Amino acid sequence: MAIISQIFLLLGAVFYLLGGLGILRMPDTFDRIQAGTKATTLGAFSILLGVGFAQPGWLLKIVLIIIFIAISNPIGSSVIAKATYKSYEKPTNLKRDDIKELFGGEINE
Amino acid sequence: MKHIATFLVLFVIYGLLTNFVIDELLIGALVSLVLTIFIAKYTNYSIDYKLPIRLAVFLFAYLPVFFGQLVLANLDVAKRVLSPKIPLNPGFIKVKTDLKGDFAKLTLANSITLTPGTLSVDIDGDYLYIHTIDVKENDPAKFRQQFTQLFEKILGVVFND
Repeated sequence: MAIISQIFLLLGAVFYLLGGLGILRMPDTFDRIQAGTKATTLGAFSILLGVGFAQPGWLLKIVLIIIFIAISNPIGSSVIAKATYKSYEKPTNLKRDDIKELFGGEINE
Repeated sequence: MKHIATFLVLFVIYGLLTNFVIDELLIGALVSLVLTIFIAKYTNYSIDYKLPIRLAVFLFAYLPVFFGQLVLANLDVAKRVLSPKIPLNPGFIKVKTDLKGDFAKLTLANSITLTPGTLSVDIDGDYLYIHTIDVKENDPAKFRQQFTQLFEKILGVVFND
């Protein structure tokens, strides 16, 4: 049990590291949000599961925390992305932009 | 019916947060009951004869696909981050969805955010606006098949749409 828990903790740390690298290396905000969201979600799951295996009495609470993270983390990043699109300059390397029509072209024009 | 569903949701969450001691569960039932009276008119849970099927589909079809996609997404991020020149081909695209309920759309958007290379930015009526890190083919007809179809089929059963 201790070994399983340590494997999960290590995996979580690795995912967090990759997420941090992604936030540093990606060229624009949206790609950074993408890397950040995915890595922190799975990283948090792994670390929480690692703690859960170390303390089996906490597993039910940890499942609950995982459910809340799974709901709230993507919502947070969607809202940040939308606010970024509305408030700042758009990235210049876009291949396609369908959101323009949604905001009627009045943002940043 | 709505009251019973709301009460059950609150009580189960309370139960998971405490140890299973009879005093705590009694207090939890009391608190859930009082809360149910106040918030039931804002909630939208439904219980019907299909619930076991929907729950089974959620547990055995949605969750494995979701976690599989989450792991794939992380491997994708790892691959991009660790390559010397990051392969990027970003764009915002629009995809139509058939799901009707608010909660179904929310879950679809959340699932899409956690699949490889995509991030849902906004929902407007029947349309989802997605930022994708890699626009493979610039053809609106194929976007749906490429990004949302997988989850849409499963969530259609789970949320009864």
